[in-house]
Amino acid sequence: MTTSLERRNELIGSELVWYERMLEIREFEKQTNALFASGSIRGTTHLCNGQEALAVALASVLNPDDVVSATYRGHGIALALGLTSHSVLAEIMGKATGCAGGLGGSMHLCDSSVGLLPTSAIIGAGMPIAAGAALAFQIQKKSNVAVAVFGDGATNIGAFHEALNLASIWKLPVVFVCDNNVYGEYSRINVTTPIEDLHLRANSYAMPNLKVDGMDIYLVREALQGAIDRARSGGGPTLIEAKTYRFAGHSRADQALYRPEGELEMWQKRDPIKVTEDHLIKKGVLTEAKAKELQEAADKFMLEIVSKTQADPEPEIGNMFKNILKERDRD
Amino acid sequence: MTAMRFRQAIVAALTDEMSTDSSVIFFGEDVAAAEGPFKTSEGLLSTFGPERVRDTPISEMAFTGAAVGAAMMGMKPVIEIMFIEFLGVALDQVVTEAAKMLYLSKGQYSVPMVLRASSGAGLGFGCQHSQTLENWVAATPGLKVVTPSDAQSAYSLLRAAIQDPNPVVFLESRILYAERGEVDRTIEMEIGKARVVQSGSDITIVALGNMVNVAREGIGKSGISADLIDLGTIVPWDRACVLESVSKTGRLVVVEESPHSGGWGSEIIATVISEQFNSLKSAPFRITTPDVPVPFNGELEARFLPSAAEVSRQMQEAITNNSVPKPWWIIEGVSK
Repeated sequence: MTTSLERRNELIGSELVWYERMLEIREFEKQTNALFASGSIRGTTHLCNGQEALAVALASVLNPDDVVSATYRGHGIALALGLTSHSVLAEIMGKATGCAGGLGGSMHLCDSSVGLLPTSAIIGAGMPIAAGAALAFQIQKKSNVAVAVFGDGATNIGAFHEALNLASIWKLPVVFVCDNNVYGEYSRINVTTPIEDLHLRANSYAMPNLKVDGMDIYLVREALQGAIDRARSGGGPTLIEAKTYRFAGHSRADQALYRPEGELEMWQKRDPIKVTEDHLIKKGVLTEAKAKELQEAADKFMLEIVSKTQADPEPEIGNMFKNILKERDRD
Repeated sequence: MTAMRFRQAIVAALTDEMSTDSSVIFFGEDVAAAEGPFKTSEGLLSTFGPERVRDTPISEMAFTGAAVGAAMMGMKPVIEIMFIEFLGVALDQVVTEAAKMLYLSKGQYSVPMVLRASSGAGLGFGCQHSQTLENWVAATPGLKVVTPSDAQSAYSLLRAAIQDPNPVVFLESRILYAERGEVDRTIEMEIGKARVVQSGSDITIVALGNMVNVAREGIGKSGISADLIDLGTIVPWDRACVLESVSKTGRLVVVEESPHSGGWGSEIIATVISEQFNSLKSAPFRITTPDVPVPFNGELEARFLPSAAEVSRQMQEAITNNSVPKPWWIIEGVSK
C-alpha cells in the first residue's frame, strides 16, 4: 500500500504526476458529489473543482516536514499533499479507515506524515495556527515553513488581520495563501468586500504580497516558491492571492444559481487541468491521446476506490471516547 | 392555525415583528439575497428591503458588535450566527459587551438585540458544526438564553425575544428546521416560563429544544406516567414550574443535549436538591451526551445523542430500582 509520504514524494520533479494528481482530485470530487447525491455521504461536502492547480502546486514545492493549515474545502489539498483517495473518501464516508477514523468527516482531514494539520470548519481559524507553527520553527531554529490556505471570505475576519500583523512583526516563516475563488459561501466577493485584489491587504502589515493566476500551476508554483524561499531563509511572511474560481456551489446541494450568467463558462475555459494539459503537450511530455488515457485511468481508479471504501468497516462505538485528552508523559 | 415547518415559523416571527415594529432590523451571512443557509429568512429581503434585511461579510465579530451598538441607539437588531460555533470569534461582543452595557451605564443604555443561531447534532456536520454550546452563554448574567422545541414555540418565543429589552441568545435545534407543526400566530409565550407539555405522576422530566421531542418519545416507549417540562428558557429558567412538578412526582430527570460535565441541567438539579430535598423519593439525575466532541460517523453520532430508548431505559430503571441509572457508556464499558 502506498503511503501518504510516498505519494507526496512522487510529485518531486515530475510534471506528469502533477497532472495526474489534478485529475485524481477532479475525479475524487466527481465521485464525492455523486455519493452525496445518492445519500452515501451524510452531512455536507465542499468541493474544490477549479482549484486543483493551487493544491498540487503547493504540495510540489513544500517539503513533507513543512506544515499546512487548510479549510473545510480541503479534499484537493489533502490529496495533493499525499493522503490517499481511499483515506480521504473513507473519512468523508465516516469509515474507520478514514484519516480521522471516521470521526471527522469531509471538513476535517489530517495527516501528520505530510504536514497536514487538521483542516478547520471555522473561517480564518487556520491562520493564527499557521503563524504559531512558524513561531515554533523559528524558535527551534528549523528551516521548516508553515502555510495557511484560506478563502477570499476569510480576509474579512479578524483572525486574518491579527495573524498577518503578528507574523509580520515577528518575521515568522509563514506563507499566507488566499485561494480567491470569487465566492464566500453564497455571496460574490464584490458584495462583501470593497477591494478586488485581496493581497493588497498585506500592505497594511508591511508584508510582501502578490497575486497570481491560480489556474496555471506553473505560475502558482513560481509564486509559492519565492515566498517559501523567503520564509525559509528568515525573510518573513508573504501573502499570495491565487485567483481561482469555484466551479461548484458552496456546499451540499447548492447549485450556485446566484452566479452571473456566463461567469462559470468563462472560467471553465481556463480550467486548471486543461491549462496544465496544454503546457505539457507543448513541452512534448504529453499527447492528447495520452491525456485521454490518463483521464480514463483516473476515472476507473476512483470507481475502484469507491467500491473498496463502501465495503470498509464503521468505527467502533468506543472510538468516540479516544483522543479527547492526552496522558501526560512521565519518564 | 397554520401548518408550517420550524424554519418557516422563524420566518413568520421575523415577518410579524418587522411589520409591527420598524426598529427591528435583521442581518447575518447570506440571510438576505440567499434567504438563509437554512432558509430561515425566506422572503424577508423582498418584503422589507435592503436597508432592514442585510447580508454581512463573514465577519461575526463586526456584525455582532454592530448589533450591540445599533441596539444601544434604539434599533432592535436580530442577527443570525449560521452555526453557534461561529459565535466563538464574536463571543466578546456578547458576553463581555452586550451583557454589561445596562450595568455599566447605570441603566442608561440597554441592548434589545436577539442573536439567533443554529445549534446541535444529528445532521452529520462534524464536531465543529454540531455543538449546542448554550453553556457558553448561560453562565453570563445580563443575557437571556432561549431554545424553542417546535414550530409554535419557535414562533412565539422568537417574537417574545425580539420584544424583550435585553440581549437574548436564541438557539434553534438545527435538526428541527424541517419539522412541521401547527402554528397559531395569536399565541403568546413568555421568556422565563416553562411549559408542562405532558402531565403525569411518577417522574418529572425537564428538557430543552429537540430533547423535548426525544423525551416525549421516551415516555411513550416506557409507559411511565411523567410530567414533561419544556424549559424553553435556560436563563432565567422557570424554578417555580420545575419545583412544583417535582413536589408532586418526587423524581427528576433532566435530558440535555450537551456534554455531561458543566451542563445547565446540573444547575436545575442543584436547585431542586437545595430547595426541596425532602420532597424527593430518589436522587435526581441527568441524561446527557458523553464528554466527547460530536463524532461524524452516523452510527456514532446517533449513539452520542440522548435517544428515546435511552431515556425510556433510564427512567424505568430509576423508578423500578429507586436508584440513579448508569449511562450506556458505563454499562458498555467504553468509557468511565
